[in-house]
Amino acid sequence: MFGYYLNLALYSLKRSPVLTGLMVLAIGLGIGASMTMITVLHVMSDDPLPGRSTQLYYPRIDPQPLGRGDTNPHSGDNLTWPDAQNLLRANRAERQAAMSAGSAAVYPVSGDGQPFFVPGHYVTADFFPMFDVPFRAGGGWTREQDQQRARVVVLGADLKRKLFGDAPVLGRTVHLKDADFSVIGVLGAWHPQPKFYADLDHGAFDKDDQFFLPLQTALDLSLAFRGQLSCWGSGGDSRKGPDCTWLQFWVQLATPAKAQAYRQFLDDYWRQQQDHGRFPRPVDARLYDLMSWLAYKGVVPGDVRMQLWLALGFLLVCMINIVALLLAKFLRRSGEISVRRAMGARRRDIFVQLGIESALIGMAGGALGLLVAELGLWSVRQRPDAYAHLAQMDAPMLFGTLALAIVASVLAGLLPAWRACRVPPALQLKTQ
Amino acid sequence: MEIRPILSTLRRHKLTASLLTLQVALTCAIVCNTVFVTSLRMARMNLPSGLAESELVMIDSTDLASGANPLVRHQEDLAALRDIPGVKSAAAVDALPFSGNDWSNGIQTKPNEPPQLSASAFNGTPEELETLGLHLIAGRSFLPDEYIPEDSAHGYTGIDHVSATIVTRSLAKQLFPGENAVGKIIYVGAGPTTIVGIVDHLLRPSLNQPDSVERSMLFPMLPDSNDVTYVLRTAPQDREQLLKTASDVLKKLDANRVLQNAQTFTQLRNHYFQRDRTMIGLLLASMLGLLFVTALGITGLANFWVQQRHRSIGIRRAIGATRGDILRYFQTENFLIVTFGVLLGVILAVGLNLLLMKHYELPRLPLYYLPIGAVALWLLGQLAVLAPALRAAAVPPVEATRSV
Repeated sequence: MFGYYLNLALYSLKRSPVLTGLMVLAIGLGIGASMTMITVLHVMSDDPLPGRSTQLYYPRIDPQPLGRGDTNPHSGDNLTWPDAQNLLRANRAERQAAMSAGSAAVYPVSGDGQPFFVPGHYVTADFFPMFDVPFRAGGGWTREQDQQRARVVVLGADLKRKLFGDAPVLGRTVHLKDADFSVIGVLGAWHPQPKFYADLDHGAFDKDDQFFLPLQTALDLSLAFRGQLSCWGSGGDSRKGPDCTWLQFWVQLATPAKAQAYRQFLDDYWRQQQDHGRFPRPVDARLYDLMSWLAYKGVVPGDVRMQLWLALGFLLVCMINIVALLLAKFLRRSGEISVRRAMGARRRDIFVQLGIESALIGMAGGALGLLVAELGLWSVRQRPDAYAHLAQMDAPMLFGTLALAIVASVLAGLLPAWRACRVPPALQLKTQ
Repeated sequence: MEIRPILSTLRRHKLTASLLTLQVALTCAIVCNTVFVTSLRMARMNLPSGLAESELVMIDSTDLASGANPLVRHQEDLAALRDIPGVKSAAAVDALPFSGNDWSNGIQTKPNEPPQLSASAFNGTPEELETLGLHLIAGRSFLPDEYIPEDSAHGYTGIDHVSATIVTRSLAKQLFPGENAVGKIIYVGAGPTTIVGIVDHLLRPSLNQPDSVERSMLFPMLPDSNDVTYVLRTAPQDREQLLKTASDVLKKLDANRVLQNAQTFTQLRNHYFQRDRTMIGLLLASMLGLLFVTALGITGLANFWVQQRHRSIGIRRAIGATRGDILRYFQTENFLIVTFGVLLGVILAVGLNLLLMKHYELPRLPLYYLPIGAVALWLLGQLAVLAPALRAAAVPPVEATRSV
């Protein structure tokens, strides 16, 4: 029976090519627009470290004076140097690391040629094992090396290739700014997007970091830091002082119970600092897991979400459009349907037959929608935005698109098909 | 035109007609809000920076030699840059609107009180105001003896000693509402700082906080780190050429440096708003698609109705209706449907706006959007129905005599 209905549906669609075309076009545009937006949102809100993200937490302890930063809820998100040192020393999590973005002039190894700037990160030892960073060669450094302000560097794959080509590099020297660093590791492919560990207020979809140095070494050598440095009070060396926030801090906690304990520890730390005259705000330590941290930092801007809703509204309008057109199309065939009913077809048969017709339209519309979405994403990728190159459809999105199109059109076909199969056959045949 | 027969026809197609009405209503609601969101974004993209944007180019220079005195280096560089023909003025600065390098400080109006708000600092050589083209609306510019180094080597402690500042009109209003801010003393670093002047506009280096985009203040502090931005003012048509010349001049003067981000201010602004433009593009494309689909829906249904009523149109023509009557019949029918849709759409538009206001901090939809949206949909409807209506008008009266 299915083959027969399929034939009937194809015949009926061919009979009114303009109307069929309009319906396919409508559902194609609706699906295409909403899938473009869904894909953009999907790649922007994806988990940057699947598997590990549930164990990673960001402690937020706000040392700012009262009344400061009330206009910017995010000005207390970073840590001061002394607080980061204290949390590192307390060693209450399985792993913990402080970090800040930086950039440095890198000199070509051959000695001639111009130095160039690349983005990098200054981090402490646990950074690499905590984030499960893949190494192509060598590895990170130890906590002792942090303390010794070791002159060691881990290179990103791109910078390594640029400096050394395919030659082995472990133990070789790289000149950064005005100091020599010994290469102890080369990263494999690692592109967490968004770059969750960086200062998210300044570009969450940044370029990959090309070098990693011990944080203390960078401070000692006064290398260039990037990101927000927010100070109150005055005097002193601002980066090492207790009145400037600028560091990001991550901890790894394997179980929710440990996370709970760590939060308690943070509260205690806050109180303890209050005894020393710091942290004037009421105790309110927070511990964000990675995905809630991204949400809190607004990595997916509200306006992208808003656009998603507008795109879904578009899809809704397209569906209503198709309901109206299908209704018109099916009811116009009341005569033919009545003949089939009079010949013994049950309502259910008519319903299935018309349902297949709607699904066919949905499939065609879905195919067109895929094309439209690919076109939309292609145009997004042409944009120079940092996240634009991510806008690509993966297999689940692809099947999701087709499924959405078919479900939408079958749903849209339900009401018209139901109306059509309730046409009283006798009346129709009589008026003919 | 008699409306009653149209209404009674529509009543016979109640479901189809109300679906079309609903579609028009949703389209109206979505289009009104989309246009509104887009216009807000465009307004943000067109915020005046306060600078003579079309005349500025800049180059970031990083000195790699650590022993040199940056203050001397900057003076030498600036002298060489000013000698380039076509350069009207040149300055070394540490921050610019849209540059992203934001150094914000808390401001107190009384000593030893918690800061009221924080503002972005702009520091530069004495030519900064003139080069950027900032518009001083009250007070005076900085005096030569007010200039001190930033003291970047010691944590930018110049801020503790600086004696004067120029603030934006917006910041002056927030600090001293209803008063003249010129001459008032504020506390930014350790010591008192006097507001000596007020500029019309100066956008912050980044616009992260939408309600305080002009909290900016200028200090008479000389950039003295190895990183500096040179800003040059020139005639708009000379900008590209000047960028090349200036890079060559700086390289020739001292090769041991890295020059980055040589660009015009226009490029900097465009770069800052790239994402907004992508989003506007996506929004407008979806909106046009939506209008197109709605027009398709109207055309499709009208076409269908014309076919269905072929015979009755023939009968009407046979008993005396003119082509114009038939044409107007379908146009009026469409007008009625769209009117119902628009009435519902206006309510939906306001409702959608309230929903967006609640979740996305969107302002209230200005009421004039509603009549504009209504007129747009009426026009769209008439345009979409025109072809089917003309086809209906072309049905000959002889059609009445033919059987189905």
